Amino acid sequence: MGMGVSVREAIAKRAAEEIKDGMIINLGIGIPTLVANYIPADVNVMFHTENGVLGMGPAPLKGEEDANLCNAGGIPITVVPGASYFDSTLAFGITRRGLLDITILGAFEVSEKGDLANWIVPGKIVSGMGGAVDLAQKAKKVVVLMNHTDKHGNPKIVRECTLPLTAEKCVDLIITDMAVIEVTEQGLSLLEVEASYTVEDVMKATGAEFHVADLVK
Amino acid sequence: MKKVRSVEEAIRYIKSGSSLMVGGFGGIGNPPTLIKAILESGVDELTLICNDAGFPHIGVGQIITEGRAARLIASHIGSNPNAGKFMHEDKLDIEFSPQGTLVERIRAGGVGLGGILTDIGVNGLVAEGKEKVVVDGKAFLIETPLTADISIVYAKKADEFGNLIFDKSARNTNPLVAMAGTITIAEAEEIVPVGELNPEEIVTPGAFVDIVVKSEGVNWAWAWE
Repeated sequence: MGMGVSVREAIAKRAAEEIKDGMIINLGIGIPTLVANYIPADVNVMFHTENGVLGMGPAPLKGEEDANLCNAGGIPITVVPGASYFDSTLAFGITRRGLLDITILGAFEVSEKGDLANWIVPGKIVSGMGGAVDLAQKAKKVVVLMNHTDKHGNPKIVRECTLPLTAEKCVDLIITDMAVIEVTEQGLSLLEVEASYTVEDVMKATGAEFHVADLVK
Repeated sequence: MKKVRSVEEAIRYIKSGSSLMVGGFGGIGNPPTLIKAILESGVDELTLICNDAGFPHIGVGQIITEGRAARLIASHIGSNPNAGKFMHEDKLDIEFSPQGTLVERIRAGGVGLGGILTDIGVNGLVAEGKEKVVVDGKAFLIETPLTADISIVYAKKADEFGNLIFDKSARNTNPLVAMAGTITIAEAEEIVPVGELNPEEIVTPGAFVDIVVKSEGVNWAWAWE
């Protein structure tokens, strides 16, 4: 995403605050993966992976990797006590049934209605949707982590997405390098502004209107 | 009922132009010995059905990289740039299905269903060209079943009847793919006599499996290595 390590870590740390004890969680690839590092030790959760594990644990020590125990990105993992293995229909059965309390993923664009575009840039990025449609459409809470603008400075939070949608009206919360914005029935609501920016900065970098009345920090 | 065969004997069923369904996810759980033999056999124009395009030199990804597939039905090709390249060059026709839908289509084909109803993607690009039905006031897509001439899967253990047990996250799509082939070939790390597997632990009943071959293990380096 072209952002510095400290910014990525800050976004992941903020996202970890959304994770509550007892949740079943699916983390996307990239910054979302880092969120696991910031969950407090007294918050017990179960991580779900699309390839068929509930109860994913931290990465194994070097030399102790098992090629047949990996996450959906093909990276070796461990499992925690209480973990289970299952086939891909069950992995998505858990998702489709709405048993994931939260999914945290990246995005190309998010609209003011919470529409998400994160799987196709026609003619450019055509990698396939993988499990993104299932996750975005069915998780109880969808949190997007991304840069506030693209590499040309164009807003990624917009009135209407220009790219094909992954799912409509699915995003609940957007956490960027500049701000935390909630998607509500009444529109976008600015909850937090990162210390080095002002509300004005956020307005300029956002392609949609938002309420600031609920600003908490 | 003994189904154990040599790899050479097993892959004779796979011909140029065959539809070939392959178990695995991101290379993990792809059957390495069968894939190697398929590459060496020279077959091409395959219709591949698998979760993803793997990595360029890992698992099913090699079949794509070597240009042996004319068509691919998958959910994701992001980790194999060759798949995207061939698609743009019109050398590979790709049909994308959301991951959860793809595996249910495979399961439907495998268990003799006429398809599935799902609301995944019902209001987006996924719905293009698909029939919709309304059940109790809610719209669903009709997603068609998938079967293949040949299914190849990877198992941790097989018995001589073809009962299969899988290994951790290498299970993934394998039990589903195992059901959906007109002929299913299972590659197993270990092959045991009938009666040695605990019936409570068998994931795929041997009825779905036609041929069992012994695995020679993974012959590629993993992306993380």
